[in-house]
Amino acid sequence: MTSSGTAKVTLPGDKQILITREFDAPKELVYEAWTTPELVRRWWCGERGEMTVAEIDLRVGGKWRYAMIANEGFEVAFHGEYREILPNERLVSTEAYEGIPDPDEHAALNTLTLTEVDGRTTLAVLVEHPTQEGRDMHIESGMEGGMQEALDRLEQVAVSLR
Amino acid sequence: MARAATTADAFNAVAEPRRREILDALADGERPVNDLVGLLDLAQPQVSKHLKVLREVGLVDVRQEGRQRLYRLNGPALKPIHDWVKEYERTWSERFDRMDAVLDELKRKDEGDGTDDK
Repeated sequence: MTSSGTAKVTLPGDKQILITREFDAPKELVYEAWTTPELVRRWWCGERGEMTVAEIDLRVGGKWRYAMIANEGFEVAFHGEYREILPNERLVSTEAYEGIPDPDEHAALNTLTLTEVDGRTTLAVLVEHPTQEGRDMHIESGMEGGMQEALDRLEQVAVSLR
Repeated sequence: MARAATTADAFNAVAEPRRREILDALADGERPVNDLVGLLDLAQPQVSKHLKVLREVGLVDVRQEGRQRLYRLNGPALKPIHDWVKEYERTWSERFDRMDAVLDELKRKDEGDGTDDK
């Protein structure tokens, strides 16, 4: 294990979830790993399955789509559109989970920011759900497919009661 | 897989925003129903209905004290939700661990080909 450690997940707002992690690499490389299909294929699945689709059209208005076959045999897929691109610094895109009805209507807005200090880069992904309905739908859809959901302060309550 | 529209488990119970507000209010301690009515600005029958759902999935316990019924949060019933958040964190940790390996390789390649674009 490196000192970079684990991902930190926090819930800054009712409709937000923030994921942060530090990498021992300059931001140009982290950005490259994040936006190059051949490289995304190597990390996006974690230990959960095999990646089957990694499409990235990296321009404003361009689309992306990731799909994997989970170890349990089912397919999990997400897609979205790039909204704002500042190479090596900031990437704003939508993210829709294809496992629910009307995925695009309930798409989250993800903002990736990369901050480099002394050759180390802090990566932050802020996931924002546009509507209460979208967020509640994700809760309703349950545990499948890595739903991206902030559960209000409940998580903090749960942690405090552990 | 679609979940049933019933309130069969903690996830469904907390999918309703007002029920989350009730849980937040009870996180601070035991309260009678009238407290919740005031806090949530909801009519008492609605609050009672939400409390019934929360009791059915075990998120809330109730006890009688004198003429009052006092409701309290049952922390362990939130565990599945806590577990989900932990699982989410684990998913990202796995991804990032793999990214470490990718980045190590990119760094070596940068050094290896002798280019320095800084």
